[in-house]
Amino acid sequence: MADGILVRQLHAWFGQVHVLHGIDLAIAPLAVTAIIGPSGCGKSTFIRCLNRMHEVVPGGRASGQVLLNGEDLYDPTVDPVQIRRGIGMVFQKPNPFPTMSVFENVAAGLRLGGVRNRGVLQGTVEQALRQAALWDEVKDQLGKSGASLSGGQQQRLCIARALAVRPGVLLMDEPCSALDPIATAKIEELIQELKRDLTIVIVTHNMQQAARVSGSTGFFLLGELVEFGETGMIFTNPHDKRTEDYITGRFG
Amino acid sequence: MRGQRRRVVNVMMNWLTALSAAVVVLPLILILVFLVYQGASAVNLDFFMNLPKPVGEPGGGMANAIVGSVILVGLAACLGLPIGILGGVYLAESRDRCLPWVIRFLADVMNGVPSIVIGIFAYTIIVLPMRRFSAVAGAFALAVIMIPIVLRTSEEMVRLVPASLHEAALALGIPQWKVVLRVVLPTARAGIITGVMVAVARIAGETAPLLFTAFGNRFWQLGLNQPIAALPLQIFAYAIAPYDDWHRQAWAGALVLIALIFLTSLTARIATKGRFGGVR
Amino acid sequence: MARAAAPQGGTAEGLSLPCVLPSKRAVRGWGDQLFRLLLRSAASALLAIVTAMVVVMVRAATPAIKAFGWRFLITSTWDPVTEHFGALPLIYGTIVSSALALLLAVPLGIGAAVFLAELAPLWIRPPVAFLIELLAAVPSVIYGLWGIFSLVPWLRQYVQPALGATLGFLPLFQGPPYGVGMLTAGIILAVMIVPFIIAMSREVLLAVPNTQREAALALGATRWEATRIAVLRYGRSGLIGAVLLGLGRALGETMAVTMVIGNRPEISASLFAPGYTMASMIANEFTEATSDLYLSALVEVGLLLFVVTVAVNGLARLLVWSVGGAVHEVRE
Repeated sequence: MADGILVRQLHAWFGQVHVLHGIDLAIAPLAVTAIIGPSGCGKSTFIRCLNRMHEVVPGGRASGQVLLNGEDLYDPTVDPVQIRRGIGMVFQKPNPFPTMSVFENVAAGLRLGGVRNRGVLQGTVEQALRQAALWDEVKDQLGKSGASLSGGQQQRLCIARALAVRPGVLLMDEPCSALDPIATAKIEELIQELKRDLTIVIVTHNMQQAARVSGSTGFFLLGELVEFGETGMIFTNPHDKRTEDYITGRFG
Repeated sequence: MRGQRRRVVNVMMNWLTALSAAVVVLPLILILVFLVYQGASAVNLDFFMNLPKPVGEPGGGMANAIVGSVILVGLAACLGLPIGILGGVYLAESRDRCLPWVIRFLADVMNGVPSIVIGIFAYTIIVLPMRRFSAVAGAFALAVIMIPIVLRTSEEMVRLVPASLHEAALALGIPQWKVVLRVVLPTARAGIITGVMVAVARIAGETAPLLFTAFGNRFWQLGLNQPIAALPLQIFAYAIAPYDDWHRQAWAGALVLIALIFLTSLTARIATKGRFGGVR
Repeated sequence: MARAAAPQGGTAEGLSLPCVLPSKRAVRGWGDQLFRLLLRSAASALLAIVTAMVVVMVRAATPAIKAFGWRFLITSTWDPVTEHFGALPLIYGTIVSSALALLLAVPLGIGAAVFLAELAPLWIRPPVAFLIELLAAVPSVIYGLWGIFSLVPWLRQYVQPALGATLGFLPLFQGPPYGVGMLTAGIILAVMIVPFIIAMSREVLLAVPNTQREAALALGATRWEATRIAVLRYGRSGLIGAVLLGLGRALGETMAVTMVIGNRPEISASLFAPGYTMASMIANEFTEATSDLYLSALVEVGLLLFVVTVAVNGLARLLVWSVGGAVHEVRE
């Protein structure tokens, strides 16, 4: 249940370009860890390495160790497809499947895993939608297309879809950057609820958001992890000057 | 267990789709190999220099057909290119409300019309009044096929010219028509030429619309109001005839035709690749 | 930009507004007007051509339409001697050969498109795509040439006897193996339309946003599963459009079909039997037409072909356009 992630000497490349330099990081279980930094610092690349999505991109390559409950995800005998069942991901722009209904979207991951029983599907879908704080809004419209919902609802649908397969970790890549403030607030509320059951890693370019939702924060700059620590400390009393410069808005 | 099965399905589908691609490419390779094999032996100087000879006489060629094709394509281009290119510029530049939409729609419709139907059109409108088959009728049919193609590619190429270029010129006080002629068209020139070459390659290979317009000719008849020989027509006529010698010549003709078409298409592709990052 | 000079402040008559907006007419010089006229004429030329085509063809077909009415479509005798013309064998031949072509070309074509767009290693994609573009540029008459001298003998000697021996209990595969016939026509049509299906399908698939694939992969889907649930479903209508475009091509294909279909206006249950399509009938008979009614009947067949291909192509474009907005038209 308690899924902590230990990252050791993680390097990543896009073709010949070295984008992550030896990242060492420990992500606490059942807590929210925020990753902040200016554009191009590698924070998205980092989070995508955690569920081996980085290598899906042509030219994407990574090395190092990512230990999930002690097991190295980058071990050559491990199948990347299997990993992604235990680690869910939510993207910057909500991407529900438009040709599928709300129900089918949430059930997609389950169906891939071979679950056919109608009762089990319905039960799990409802539970996931409740967990994502979307059930009340869509319970009468489960048959409507996934794309017919509002932006904020679509994102919560994507969260429900990820939750339905019961991962231990949820990765969120700037989940609110395409949403309005009200929808953003709803999702931040949701994150506080979810952290009781899941480990959450959230990439955000919004420092206030990081300060609001996370327990620990890591600051990335030019592909390096500059500083990592308890959120309160990072924002009020950072050790590294570069962190301080970023926090106070001198760049990025 | 289930994971294993999914992995197997994944690999299987990879192979199945790869197989589809291979099966699709196979006929091309077969055809080309066959063409080269059969045609290479029959292509000689006679072929390029001589007229068709009666059956049994050696040394027949397709000189008139080659020249005839060049004439037909050239004539078609004279008619089709101005309309196509200017029409394309119109579609890209005009601010009219209704006509551009109609023209675009019609161009798309015409692109799908079988070329033999266009041949019927040319027959009724030119051959019947003239009471004879002619190069003009054949060229007209080819032009009608050519216009929609050139129209759409020219429109695309003109659209690709950045609006800022256009606006900068207008802001300097240069009248619209000069801007198009001196600034926009030269910039789009490479792309338009490519589109033209693609259209030319396409009509050079067309046979059906020529069957009852240009009709074909076994002699050096190059007058525009007479039936005229064309390479695809000659290939067809020889292919369905029962004489081996003619079959060999048909292969030679096919080799020459496809060499010309490939050359034209390839040059067109290479020309755009750099400039507009064409093919994906 | 001309600005009419204006007196500032009021005049004896009251307020006089400075005229800032140049009048529309003042800006357009005669050069512009001429140019505009030229462009508009060129574009209208296409309109004129299409209108002329429809009008002229309808007029030429009218004698036949008057003579046979709509029974033209369901009569199966085509007899120039007695001047009884029924287009049913032609319609049948066109439908069957095109249907066969689709049956062969669609699975192969979409499979190859999926391979090229989604599953193939990157280094394979450009050369194979290039080869397929070359395939699309080969003229019909050359396919026909290959058909006569390569495909037909092969079918006659090996494939058709084999099919007859194994599946001969089906009326589809009965009868003597001529080599030429409906099956051959179907195969050669399939070879000819597959490059278009691949090219258009590939465009449709590439137009599917990458975020869809990522969503599926992040759920733990294999590459194929991601293609199946995210890409193929999303591009569904576009793919159907690509198939319909292929159908449109097959319906109008003339030369290659004429050279291998046997040219006999008869309806037969067997795929081995010779047949006729609308396009190949026109190609063969147009110059042989001995009477005005004969010619008129052929034009009517042409008109029919025109209407059908326009309808199919129109529907196809609608569907292709619905995926990801404007999908590039393939240089045909």
